[in-house]
Amino acid sequence: MDFKLTEDRQMLSDTLRRYLADQYDFETRNGLIETAPYHSPAKWAELSELGLIGAFVPEDQGGFGGAGFDITTVFEELGRGLCPEPILATLMSVRAAADCGAEELVEDMIAGAKRLTFAVFEPDADSLALIRTSADKSGDGWVLNGRKSVVYGLPGADGALVAARTEAGVGLFLVDSPETIDYAMIDGGGAGELILDSAAATCISEDAGDIIEAALDAGRLALCAEAVGVMEVLVDMTVDYLKQRKQFGRPIASFQALQHRAVDMAIEIEQCRAITILAASKLGTDEAGKFVAMAKNLIGRTGLLISEESIQLHGGIGMTWEYPGSHYAKRLSMIDHQLGDRYAQLHRVMAA
Amino acid sequence: MDLSFTPEEEAFRAEVKTFLAENLSEELAAKGRNGEELTKADMEGWHATLQTRNWLAATWPVEYGGPGWSAVERHIFEEECAMAFAPRIVAFGVSMLGPVLLKFGSDEQKAEFLPRILDGTHWWCQGYSEPGAGSDLASLKTRADRDGDHYVINGQKTWTTLGQHADKVFCLVRTSSEGKPQEGISFVLVDMNRPGIEVRPIKLLEGGHEVNEVFFTDVRVPVANLVGEENKGWTIAKYLLTHERTNIAGVGFSLRDLDRLKRLSKQLHRMGKPLAEDPVFAAEIAEVEIDLEAMRVMNLAMLSAAKEGAAPGMQSSMLKIKGTVIRQRIHGLTKSALGAAAAPFPATELSDNARTVPEEATASAATYFNNRKLSIFGGSNEIQRNIIAKDMFRS
Repeated sequence: MDFKLTEDRQMLSDTLRRYLADQYDFETRNGLIETAPYHSPAKWAELSELGLIGAFVPEDQGGFGGAGFDITTVFEELGRGLCPEPILATLMSVRAAADCGAEELVEDMIAGAKRLTFAVFEPDADSLALIRTSADKSGDGWVLNGRKSVVYGLPGADGALVAARTEAGVGLFLVDSPETIDYAMIDGGGAGELILDSAAATCISEDAGDIIEAALDAGRLALCAEAVGVMEVLVDMTVDYLKQRKQFGRPIASFQALQHRAVDMAIEIEQCRAITILAASKLGTDEAGKFVAMAKNLIGRTGLLISEESIQLHGGIGMTWEYPGSHYAKRLSMIDHQLGDRYAQLHRVMAA
Repeated sequence: MDLSFTPEEEAFRAEVKTFLAENLSEELAAKGRNGEELTKADMEGWHATLQTRNWLAATWPVEYGGPGWSAVERHIFEEECAMAFAPRIVAFGVSMLGPVLLKFGSDEQKAEFLPRILDGTHWWCQGYSEPGAGSDLASLKTRADRDGDHYVINGQKTWTTLGQHADKVFCLVRTSSEGKPQEGISFVLVDMNRPGIEVRPIKLLEGGHEVNEVFFTDVRVPVANLVGEENKGWTIAKYLLTHERTNIAGVGFSLRDLDRLKRLSKQLHRMGKPLAEDPVFAAEIAEVEIDLEAMRVMNLAMLSAAKEGAAPGMQSSMLKIKGTVIRQRIHGLTKSALGAAAAPFPATELSDNARTVPEEATASAATYFNNRKLSIFGGSNEIQRNIIAKDMFRS
């Protein structure tokens, strides 16, 4: 038993933490989140140069990592830095492409030459079984018809990997210049609607249902780790604020009623960290779905608690745009909405 | 024990419903329903509409232009207005300063200010909190120094709600540093157009602008604008806060928002079925409905006691806590109901083409984040617990 990071992962973690602290401070971030494409292409390129994307892919598929712990190492730091770059979309698309054997595409993505999004869910389809987007052969290529909704990282992407129905099941297709409706997200970053009206597409795989599900679970694991990073910062900020804020002639940290609430937050984070480690250890096994679902349910519940408590314990300051804590709280709260919320994950656990 | 309203009260409810049906435009109601920000003109227009019936200043006596309603009638009015998504009455002039002037104001102050609150000439805001004086309001530092027949005010107020629209601000200021902090506070009325006043917006976490910082640099105010006695402002401040806490339970808002949540849970789908058919989510809706029903009756019991002259003590603090927690839970579930579609921002500016959920649901995330304020302002829920505890553990 060993809960320490390997040397390589510790290095990746340190490098990323340093990069985000030096190059991606809060002012930089908040300067980006209200204007399309809601992230910085230059920073995204720098992050890919640090080896982030390669860390998501196993060596035998052209990368230099690929394990659950590689993903959690990266995303915990992205959470700590409250980074709005569209890395989640990159993670899911590069893993799906790799599992489909699309070597050239994976190579381009790892090199940072191509940024793709991962478009699966639809306005009334929050699971793969329900999607209606269809793929049909047309001459040498394919055409797709349908609509994908709230596609993360869509603004400014080089293309989208799209899940669509084929005769064989659900296939994965590359759409190079999709028609999109872009928007910002309330917690930072961009997303959009992908309008597929006889859109020309390249087939990556005609039957990729299991691969897409696995990529989604990798995405959920990433979100759990990101949430843990966000929670750590939020609790630190809250404790610092309680120590520094004086009312009634003393620091409000001296009030036991408030201390206990901060302590409860800290305990819940340890639970979240533990279940994320468990889920990471199961990635790539038959049990991945169940344990990832467990982790994301607990993260969803605890995330709401910590988000709300951090705002409450700050008082009015915690409600302001100017204060970084409010943006961490929003991000934490909105993570529950991504790739299936605590209810969706609870149903998966009950069915497992 | 009888939980029913009297026939007269039921007739009054019907009258309010008719008034709202005839006078609240669909355009204005839709703004409320969809979580859009109201303009100053929206709010002023609604005040004027209500005042055509003398219904604006619910707590004022008839001779000053109020309706002379009982606590139960006020409750019915507030509930019906909330259910119809009418704009909320801007409380600062009507519900806060008005009652203060009625109780503590001079005849001149009453004559000058009360009619202008009703006719909309003066938009008031509240100068209470300061950066260093929130829960511990009595530690406030904004000074008013006497200079002949003027006070000279220096300092800073914060969380000034809708101060960007205001003509006037009622302020708690320090006129003495002797004795206990509470003993050197005075209540003064200040013209916002005076030289030396600067209003700076505070952007809230969901992107909206409703609160401000107000800075005072050598602002001269006639001594005649002092309300009550010098250094006796704390009594007035406390009196005003009890008015801030009326309708603190927000039963009408919760009933209305629960209705919307139920509507949405039938329209929005999860895993191929309406959310309402998901037993896990439906159980949460049922739980919050149970909590709300209990709180609704607890509120009525308090109204009934008030009708018989019992003073609202710690129960108003209990209602504030329960009322805000229930409303926040409803907003949390409404945000959750949207799933991934809660993310787009700013939601009220999405094109029809971009929107995938009913219009009344689009701003759910922003509304949820904004309403985290409910448990913070008007005396945080922690301060309310202190008030209750003080009462419970009094030796």
